Amino acid sequence: MLYFTRWKAAAIVLTALIVCLFAVPNFLPSQTVDSWPKWAQRHLVLGLDLQGGSHILLEVDANAVRKEKLETTRDDVRRVLRDGRIGYTGLAIRGNSVEVRIREEASAAQALTKLRELSVPLGGLLGGSGQRNLDISSDGTLIRLTVTDAAMLERIRQSVDQSMQIIERRVNELGTVEPLIQRQGNDRILVQVPGLQDPSRLKELLGKTAKLDFRMVDVTNQVEQAVQGRVPSEDDLLYSASQPKTPYLVEKRVLVSGGDLTDAQPGFDQRTNEPIVSFRFNTSGARKFAQVTQENVGKPFAIVLDNEVISAPVIREPIIGGSGQISGSFTPQSANDLAILLRAGALPAPLTIIEERTVGPGLGADSIAKGKMSAYVGAALVVIFMLVTYGLFGLFANIAVAVNVAMIFGVLSLLNATLTLPGIAGIVLTVGIAVDSNVLIYERIREEVRAGRSPINALDAGFSRALATILDSNITTFIAAAVLFYIGTGPVRGFAVTLGIGILTTVFTAFTVTRLIVATWVRWRRPQRVPI
Amino acid sequence: MRLLRIVPDDTKFDFMRFRRISFPLSALLSIAAIMLYFFHGLNFGIDFRGGTLMEVRETAGPADLAKMRATLGGLNLGEVQLQQFGGPSEVLIRIAEQPGGDAAQQQAVQKVRAALGDKIEYRRVEVVGPRVSGELLSYGVIGLGLAIIGILIYLWFRFEWQFALGAMIANVHDLVLTIGFMSMAQIDFDLTSIAALLTILGYSLNDTVVIYDRIREMLRRYKKMPMADLLNASVNQTLSRSVITHVTVTLALLALLLFGGQAIHSFTATMMFGVVLVGTYTSIFIAAPILIYLGVGTGRDSLTSDKS
Repeated sequence: MLYFTRWKAAAIVLTALIVCLFAVPNFLPSQTVDSWPKWAQRHLVLGLDLQGGSHILLEVDANAVRKEKLETTRDDVRRVLRDGRIGYTGLAIRGNSVEVRIREEASAAQALTKLRELSVPLGGLLGGSGQRNLDISSDGTLIRLTVTDAAMLERIRQSVDQSMQIIERRVNELGTVEPLIQRQGNDRILVQVPGLQDPSRLKELLGKTAKLDFRMVDVTNQVEQAVQGRVPSEDDLLYSASQPKTPYLVEKRVLVSGGDLTDAQPGFDQRTNEPIVSFRFNTSGARKFAQVTQENVGKPFAIVLDNEVISAPVIREPIIGGSGQISGSFTPQSANDLAILLRAGALPAPLTIIEERTVGPGLGADSIAKGKMSAYVGAALVVIFMLVTYGLFGLFANIAVAVNVAMIFGVLSLLNATLTLPGIAGIVLTVGIAVDSNVLIYERIREEVRAGRSPINALDAGFSRALATILDSNITTFIAAAVLFYIGTGPVRGFAVTLGIGILTTVFTAFTVTRLIVATWVRWRRPQRVPI
Repeated sequence: MRLLRIVPDDTKFDFMRFRRISFPLSALLSIAAIMLYFFHGLNFGIDFRGGTLMEVRETAGPADLAKMRATLGGLNLGEVQLQQFGGPSEVLIRIAEQPGGDAAQQQAVQKVRAALGDKIEYRRVEVVGPRVSGELLSYGVIGLGLAIIGILIYLWFRFEWQFALGAMIANVHDLVLTIGFMSMAQIDFDLTSIAALLTILGYSLNDTVVIYDRIREMLRRYKKMPMADLLNASVNQTLSRSVITHVTVTLALLALLLFGGQAIHSFTATMMFGVVLVGTYTSIFIAAPILIYLGVGTGRDSLTSDKS
């Protein structure tokens, strides 16, 4: 056990050294490291709990997606039946289905054939799942089109994909460093933004659907009657975004939507000096807008954002240039945010924040300081205790533990792992546990010495017997760490990572570094007795 | 230099005799812990119960808890708890989960922000919606279960099944006592607590495995030694190691407890109880003697009676 060939010894020292060297970039200023090759730049990432930042988990509103999907299906049915000149009544959404009754029994079969064309296989040409987007059944003149679960899931997945792109554009506008945007499960998006002082602006930007419509205000009906509950079927009763909430009767028909915008910029009105958002339409949007404003000079139209009226100006003259401006009690900040939202585009479905964890930079800095302090104190206590208990061998143990900790940092850097406060606790605990492997070895050596073996024999037997135990006992802890890694998120996962890596490096150093140190010492001093 | 010997060489404590005390004692404590869990309950944190947690600091000086309590009490947010946290200007605010789904939680945060004004630094804000909290709890419980099963299977492969079962009984006993302790001390039970429980499980087993390893070795070497003597010898031989290792782990935990700050305080307190107090006791007084009852080396006990 104590004999190492020269090659083996060199390999051990080299491995330990290289792994330790990977930890170096963490302790140098980033300007120095920036000039190094990419592979050498790997370093630890501080968790949000240490550098401050926001962790926000968003969920796509599945009900809204379902509703939208059913409404499109209903509109499709109406279009198909109208195009086919087939009379129908009672077109409505019931549960997960759209139901329609065909007026004449004779045309029911024809209607069914036409409507069956709406049912297409999922996943386009390549999707071989065999599932379709609609299940169509009929009962006499009643035809029922049910949206399949698979189609709904597919739609939610698409919503998440689109939302992620839009969120990325929105978050990037905040100018933060390295935001993380990740899909979680089927219908969730994780957004992690480090180093924010105040997450409320981020949440504002994430929580808004930003669905912008230009619609006419209905001036033929009384808005007072609508407030009392008599809303005409072709209108929506909407309220102003600003206080006091003013009711508006707005036509359901959308003239031009936010999807036709090509640009939006915050600015100031030249006459009133109020903050405004100026926008530009694409060609088709500009044409539609020009036509509508030509036809409706003198009438008010409403700019509606997420079902709130931002402003309802009267059209004074046709707007044919394809650009315009929105004014409506903005602050410079809110004008800027609206411009960001309009540029990034509307979310396909509303997103809800279902989990938020924000740590301010002040607390993060405090945690780093406390983590460092407890690590230093813990290490100092353990080092002193080992020296007092084992003397020279205690020094060997301390060297091995120092190599161990350096290797933990090296491996963490190599993996670009995230260091959290519980992660630091994991490292401190590893120090406590790493000496255990040395304790096991040394106690075994003491026993062998007492059993009457010669020093070399005792050392040899001590190592070989203790190593089996070290392996067994560490694997159980490693299993716990692995489970923790799989179920944990954020800081807890950080703990699992450092604990797991700590166990691996502990076993490595016990099997190689500690043994090599002792072997070297034996060859050098030829001891007559073992000083432990 | 004379080296420190915490445990003298060749101790001969009769640990096995203590099983007549330690087994009833452990049974009693376990029952007490379970009673505590059911009647006193665990102090579930927002991870598992949903709701909002805010750590705030008054920038102008010491925080006026009474005034803050009155301000927040007027917001109609249901149960609001305030607690001094760390320094005199730091306050921990807990708001129970709001009825009305995920969006309602965020509105509560906005209300609190508006009510407390701008002389406040928001050091930490955590909002967990009702669905996430349910999922986190089930993940936690599933995780604990998986870890126990995983370790059981590993031990079963490495040792005989009696050892695996003995280790499991011993360490589930650790978890039960620790949960009882958390209920008694009303430590926040959250994701970090699950991490603490899993770590306690890992380390207690680590300790148990070291002793079992020795027992296995002794079983092979001394074919004729009576079981009780063999177990005693094994525990005594590893005693020095057990004590020294526990001192080092305690030192590391002590540093975390004293200097690690509030954020990991409950984590380290739980670990201290679980690893240092219960874990050590269990390995020596429960895990080792239980092997007698599980029928390890039953052939040997007849040898004992032959001798007497």
